[in-house]
Amino acid sequence: MPREGILVSSPVERLTGEQVQQIHDASIEILADPRLLCFNQKAAEIFQSHGAEVKSVSGSTIPCWSVKIPEKLVADALQKAPKKVTLGARNPDNALIMKGDEPRVFFITGSETNTWLDVDFSTYVNKTDSAKEIEIPEFKPRRGTLADLCDSAHVCEHLETVDGYIRTVNIQDRDITEDNKDVNKFFACLNNTTKHVMSGLTNLKQLDNVVRMAEIIAGGPEKLKENPLISFITCLVKSPLQFVDDTTETFMEVCKRGLPIVVSSSPQAGTSAPIKEAGIMAQINAEVLAGITLGQLVNKGTPVLYGSVPVRARMDTLGDSYGSVETSQYHVDCTQMARFYNLPNYSTSGVCDTKMPGQQSSIERLFSDIVVALSGPQFLHCAFGLLDCNSVFCLLQAVLDDAHFQMIKFFLKSPRIDEQELDLVKKQIREVVATPQKMFINYIRPVMRSGEISPPYPFEGDGESDSVFALANERLKELRSKPVEHIDPNTTARIFQEIPGLLPRLNVYEGER
Amino acid sequence: MSEDIIELIKENVIQGRVNKDDEGIEVGVAGQPGVTELTEAALASGVKVSEIINEGLTASMEVVGQKFENEEYYIPDMLASAEAVGAAMELLKPHLAKSGVKPKGKILIATVKGDLHDIGKNIVSILLRGAGYLVKDLGHDVDTRDIVAAVREEQPDFLGLSALLTSTMVNMEDTIKALKENGLRDKVKIIIGGAPVSPEYAKSIGADGYGADGFHAVAVTEALSSDNSADG
Repeated sequence: MPREGILVSSPVERLTGEQVQQIHDASIEILADPRLLCFNQKAAEIFQSHGAEVKSVSGSTIPCWSVKIPEKLVADALQKAPKKVTLGARNPDNALIMKGDEPRVFFITGSETNTWLDVDFSTYVNKTDSAKEIEIPEFKPRRGTLADLCDSAHVCEHLETVDGYIRTVNIQDRDITEDNKDVNKFFACLNNTTKHVMSGLTNLKQLDNVVRMAEIIAGGPEKLKENPLISFITCLVKSPLQFVDDTTETFMEVCKRGLPIVVSSSPQAGTSAPIKEAGIMAQINAEVLAGITLGQLVNKGTPVLYGSVPVRARMDTLGDSYGSVETSQYHVDCTQMARFYNLPNYSTSGVCDTKMPGQQSSIERLFSDIVVALSGPQFLHCAFGLLDCNSVFCLLQAVLDDAHFQMIKFFLKSPRIDEQELDLVKKQIREVVATPQKMFINYIRPVMRSGEISPPYPFEGDGESDSVFALANERLKELRSKPVEHIDPNTTARIFQEIPGLLPRLNVYEGER
Repeated sequence: MSEDIIELIKENVIQGRVNKDDEGIEVGVAGQPGVTELTEAALASGVKVSEIINEGLTASMEVVGQKFENEEYYIPDMLASAEAVGAAMELLKPHLAKSGVKPKGKILIATVKGDLHDIGKNIVSILLRGAGYLVKDLGHDVDTRDIVAAVREEQPDFLGLSALLTSTMVNMEDTIKALKENGLRDKVKIIIGGAPVSPEYAKSIGADGYGADGFHAVAVTEALSSDNSADG
């Protein structure tokens, strides 16, 4: 049985049907004028061979083609793209089945951050009253490592609301190079979680090694097709409307191998997209449609996710402001556009602007987590543990996020109101009103034990104390002490024999020989 | 035989089953005798009242308290168990004097004049009964004169006064003054509770104790009972 996710019975929508159609029409117009700028020659040739008008752009220092994608090509691609995408898992019970017309939300971690935030607790004593002490968390940033990635994947394996895993930290060990990074990061993830693993690719030359590794784990190429336990994300689009050479190449190669892939675009309203909602929506939609079209031209039926990571610019620095309210509006709009095309949507929430866990982080992330989840994206990349936009990862924050998502998932449960339920409660009301004390407490117990009552916030302190960080840290220690379900010894041995570049220290059975 | 029935009483207090209709916690127990039916059966078969109270009711409430401490039980579970004990104590009340068992204490409880809010007071009543006290609930919006008359007539060990509103909490002070005027203040320990009151307020109006919540109210009553024993 695959993971259930949570079905949003009445998804939040901001756009009217007419507005959705207007955005689509504007996107199609944009693809015709000003057109797409394609920096990858093969992609330009593919577009041209399928009827797109392609012109070499003169005066550009890098070879570049202007591509006018006809509406029919987009419409054909939207028809060919699978409406149901399966993201498999090492443990098939953790597979995710995403249907474009079903707003069933799965919560996934990521993305890759450079900085890992450790937490330590220090005790401070009041200067005027030494009997008064307070424990304060202190966050210490450092460069992320392979060991951190293993740690993160293992903890996320045990976080209840995490449905799938995107690597949370960029591995920056001294012995990690561009040539061995992909195999090591995929292996570190796959060896420490049995959930679905998605990642970007650093070096296209490593794609076949990564795919081969997944085939060995899945039990062969056919088994991997049935249970695609890995998938990819590529930012082939550089906004506005440009297909980057190398990531477009990677995108096409992944498509050829038939593995699931996210067509992701991340325009910033104000700099790389218009600041107006209508503008960024028309543009991001055009960019994603162009990517989906290319993917289907390369390999008809490639499982693609409509990937949208729009963000508004900060007015003080022109950096990203994921915490802004508009960013959530764009995401909700994109989810609606993906649903218009019946394609599963990759959306983002929970990315905050602040650099460390605290009140600002909680407010920013919880706001977007709630509203974006309510819109019903199938793949919610909900930034477990991420801080400072996409720069910092903190496991303590991931544990806090898990508690948020338990609440959100509870909220999204469908209401249980039917004739049988109403008959039962009417009987209760009559019975209680007839008693002298008029209390319903006796009826709480069976409901409490059936799981119908939401659990208390797990990091609630005693009395007036705020012990959230300390209690979350205890929970983190508990999660870290749980066993790791590694890939079995024989499969691990095969992987280390066949896949070049894996670092021996990742072989957990090495010491046992 | 008596051991078997005491064990069943214990199990059913832990399950919080007042009578056979209660579902309890475990599936499939509904329809089987609850604490009241079992207490009646124990009395009919000659089990000592003291044995029912000490080894059945009190011992099982200790288990329930432990489960609450361990966060296995929540307040609704505590209340269900306390209610079962309270119902059993009602059945045992006529037999107490004859059997030589002294109840822990007698308590009158009321929400004061002008205040209709009685959830807190009701919860405190259930918990006190569960702790083995004889509780007479005077209800809500109780006139000060009626409280004074009840104290005179019932001669309780404790008087519990509750209020939810800042506008009605002042009637607690009026009640204490009225008890003084009627020469009854020193014959009863007064414990107050409710959202707007505090330990400081209790002290300022001359109450003997303040209960922050149901469990605290029981603890304060127990502590004041010990003071009584020491005095006596």
